[in-house]
Amino acid sequence: MQSALKISALEKTYKGGFQALKGIDLTVKQGDFFALLGPNGAGKSTTIGVITSLVNKTAGQVSVFGYDIDNELEAAKSYIGLVPQEFNFNQFEPLMKILINQAGYYGVERSVAVERAEKYLKQLDLWDKKDSAARMLSGGMKRRLMIARALMHEPKMLILDEPTAGVDIELRRSMWDFLRELNQQGITIILTTHYLEEAEMLCRNIAIIDSGIIVENTDMKSLLAKLDIETFVFDLKPNSKPAQLKEFCCRVIDDHTLEVDVKKSQTINQVFTQLSEQDIDVLSMRNKSNRLEELFVSLVGSGQESADSKVQE
Amino acid sequence: MVTSRNIIALKSILHKEIHRFMRIWVQTLVPPAITISLYFVIFGSLIGSRIGEMGGFDYMSFIVPGLIMMSVITNSYSNVASSFFSAKWQRNVEEMLVAPVPNWVIVAGYVGGGMARGILVGSIVTIVAMFFVDIQIHNIWVIIATVALTSATFALGGLINAIFAGSFDDISIIPTFILTPLTYLGGVFYSISLLPEFWQGVSQINPIVYMVNAFRYGFLGISDVSLVMSFSVLGVFIVSLYTVAMVLITKGIGLRS
Ligand SMILES: Nc1ncnc2c1ncn2[C@@H]1O[C@H](COP(=O)(O)OP(=O)(O)O)[C@@H](O)[C@H]1O
Ligand SMILES: [Mg+2]
Repeated sequence: MQSALKISALEKTYKGGFQALKGIDLTVKQGDFFALLGPNGAGKSTTIGVITSLVNKTAGQVSVFGYDIDNELEAAKSYIGLVPQEFNFNQFEPLMKILINQAGYYGVERSVAVERAEKYLKQLDLWDKKDSAARMLSGGMKRRLMIARALMHEPKMLILDEPTAGVDIELRRSMWDFLRELNQQGITIILTTHYLEEAEMLCRNIAIIDSGIIVENTDMKSLLAKLDIETFVFDLKPNSKPAQLKEFCCRVIDDHTLEVDVKKSQTINQVFTQLSEQDIDVLSMRNKSNRLEELFVSLVGSGQESADSKVQE
Repeated sequence: MVTSRNIIALKSILHKEIHRFMRIWVQTLVPPAITISLYFVIFGSLIGSRIGEMGGFDYMSFIVPGLIMMSVITNSYSNVASSFFSAKWQRNVEEMLVAPVPNWVIVAGYVGGGMARGILVGSIVTIVAMFFVDIQIHNIWVIIATVALTSATFALGGLINAIFAGSFDDISIIPTFILTPLTYLGGVFYSISLLPEFWQGVSQINPIVYMVNAFRYGFLGISDVSLVMSFSVLGVFIVSLYTVAMVLITKGIGLRS
């Protein structure tokens, strides 16, 4: 079957010489729910920009449902619905107008557009705002407005660039449900995120991008299997002496906090045993849930410091 | 290619553009009507009566076509300049860029919107003028053709200005420093035949002279320049400005990074 998206050897150097994409290859199957995961500045939006023709590429090929964006751009565009990272609608226009206009740009007749706008505004809980100017909406509503707008021409592929950034937890869940439903209807979905958890909740396949390079491209399950290290934080009795653990990588944060990396093959019991041997009392223990960071450490192998500076959540 | 999809896209842009200036009519339609009424009162009634005739007509009748043309020029230019720039500024221009809208449709849509505003304001000014003079019409087709081509020319100019503009200041520089002087020196208020020979020569390179005179010919049947020359100038301007606008948009200047 034709891929929904095929990117090969894609490069982008911005004016001023900064190379944001350094030769990217990606394939997204039709009907997939695909995550493009990476820290801020990795090149996610640049990639999306090239696919949607908002950014001119420097080298490489992109095709959408078999249509090359160099030769058959208009055909390629008609398959894509884009929800960009930044709000980009006319703040002074009412929602209904924004949606109907957008449909018009794709050749959707006004009468059809009116019906669709009603359908999506209702589904996304925006119907009572239909005549408000877009600037009156809350952040989460604006995000949903952009989703409705992207669906007006019923695209076969929906691309969302960090759709849940700045959206509260509850809303995030309902947005996830909505996206899952769209995917079940057969729409290919690509979303970028810098939350591993979001990709994990939603996506079947994933590519990880870092500094303009795809460092991993696999299915979600195999990726999570690679995550074989988990970090635990031990809260110790104040003024404990520095712990020394054999066979574990650990960091003494201060006199009452200890971080330990535990591999899947190891048990936490061993940590406790060693600590009690050293007369160190543990008050409590928690999982340090920065798994993306760990992922980067294992994938890029670039060490703790550089991963820290890259991942800004 | 003219397809039904492109027609619908064009209608959408036109609809949006016309709706925009109608929504803010207090800013877009009222000020020109007031300004031009003041011109009529001051230059037409108060001072005009002392000037006497110009080109065989009383001064008021002489300046009416020029004043209508002036409002057409300013409004078609500034409509596209501010609308397109604000679409860039708010980034909603991306709504069009990601959609399968050919560049010529974008250009045609914005230019059409600018023409609509220019022609609407021109009509308002004409109606206001009727309170001051009896409007006579010598050749309606010349009037229609001149107003259509002139508004298209300046709408294209406004579009190119907006493409290059990086700030709101940038869309007022050209109107203030180029358009207004050219218009005032473009034979709106006087027949260029009154000028010393040297300045008559200089006026010949002012394109607005050709537009104002062709327009005046449509009303009064008099002109300082030949109609053929006027329409040739308009034709050359439209073709070259359209070409420039298309090249800029295709390259994505100021639009794509
Ligand atoms: N228009 C631009 N000009 C120059 N550099 C840019 C531009 N847009 C993005 N960049 C740079 O390219 C890199 C990738 O940016 P981006 O694709 O937005 O990352 P992400 O979406 O993954 O956070 C960043 O270092 C960013 O500063
Ligand atoms: Mg981004």
